[in-house]
Amino acid sequence: MANKIRVATTSLAGCFGCHMSFLDLDERLVALAELVEFDRSPLTDIEHCSSTCDIGLIEGGVCNSENVHVLREFRKNCKILVAVGACAINGGLPAMRNSFSLEECLLEAYRDGIGVENAQIPSDPELPLLLDKVRPIHEVVKIDYFLPGCPPSADVFWSFLSDLLEGREPNLANELIHFD
Amino acid sequence: MSNTINIDGQTIPFQEGQTIIEAATAAGVYIPHLCHKPGYTPHGSCKLCTVNVNGRNCSACTFPAAEGQNIINNSRELTHDRQKITQMLFVEGNHLCPSCEKTGNCQLQAVAYQLNMVDNHFPHFYPHREMDASHPDILLDHNRCIFCNLCVRASAEKDGKNVFAISGRGINKHLIVNSASGKLKDSAIDINDCAAHVCPTGAILIKRTGYQVPIGQRIYDHQSISTVALTQEQEHGE
Ligand code: SF4
Ligand code: SF4
Ligand code: FES
Repeated sequence: MANKIRVATTSLAGCFGCHMSFLDLDERLVALAELVEFDRSPLTDIEHCSSTCDIGLIEGGVCNSENVHVLREFRKNCKILVAVGACAINGGLPAMRNSFSLEECLLEAYRDGIGVENAQIPSDPELPLLLDKVRPIHEVVKIDYFLPGCPPSADVFWSFLSDLLEGREPNLANELIHFD
Repeated sequence: MSNTINIDGQTIPFQEGQTIIEAATAAGVYIPHLCHKPGYTPHGSCKLCTVNVNGRNCSACTFPAAEGQNIINNSRELTHDRQKITQMLFVEGNHLCPSCEKTGNCQLQAVAYQLNMVDNHFPHFYPHREMDASHPDILLDHNRCIFCNLCVRASAEKDGKNVFAISGRGINKHLIVNSASGKLKDSAIDINDCAAHVCPTGAILIKRTGYQVPIGQRIYDHQSISTVALTQEQEHGE
């Protein structure tokens, strides 16, 4: 198959739950593998997108500077960029920290929290800087499609990818739309 | 035949004094709504029930049905408008459904499903809003309030108590509690009040009941709000 569709995936401020749900496609993955080749993804360990990706699936919102860089790399290299799951769409549970200042969060996690020993705020220059708020990805780059759910079910992935691979405009049936 | 209106080509009878949404519900036609509830004084604030009446957009929950009305309810344009309204409701508050006890039973969420809403479109405000957990039985989480005014009306009209009011304008609008401390625990609200059960979202919750029904088996998990609302509201007979 010379013309396989190239799919890249990543998890930003997510929990990999959406990737796990994708793997719930189970035996349908075999059919998918006939049509699709994975590019940059935790499933392949390829570190950077090739310039010819067709579909980029993004799990998680953006909570730090590295997330922003990765997201921009995906946007640059993928023809179609998809926000996968609640966190990518509205920040999700990581966005619960938006009710607090970044300082409050760091102090609670690394100094004042129960059971903290050897309290210090991590400041290694290698660590990506945290953003003041967790943001959904459509606030950073243009997003073409959204797959809601926490996580979206395997059927959501299947419906979306089948539509796309068969040349239809993707459209989720009502019963596939869930925010939890 | 007199006393009929026309909704999307369907002839529908109405009685004098009925609003468009009341006539529609009685005839089995669903018009999306959040701040309307049969038996409550219409409020007309959420605008989800916007329909086109003889060329003009009106709120079906406040607009009286009248002879000769040609009404559009189901159109791509109205669905689009309603979707945008719903998206604004989502970004204006903090609606993180996976962390909300109301998920699956929430009318705001169910309306979003009904409208095929898959994202929030607008930039998020992430406003700073308080949670009032002071009452032993009732939780008030302002993050999820959409200012539908139903608790205000329930408390005043059904419970005779005036526990709630909406204060402020525009982005400063917020729900206030009638007690010296401003806290729910010092108000007259009781777990059996209508006001404690009427909230369409997860803003007012009864404590220790949240997970009695597991996620996946809740009202709107497998049924659309159009079906549920019509059944419940026709039963109510208004
Ligand atoms: S109130 Fe409804 S829409 Fe808001 S977070 Fe809870 S379930 Fe979601
Ligand atoms: S608390 Fe609930 S019922 Fe009261 S105004 Fe807010 S959303 Fe409506
Ligand atoms: S239901 Fe009519 S304006 Fe809210």
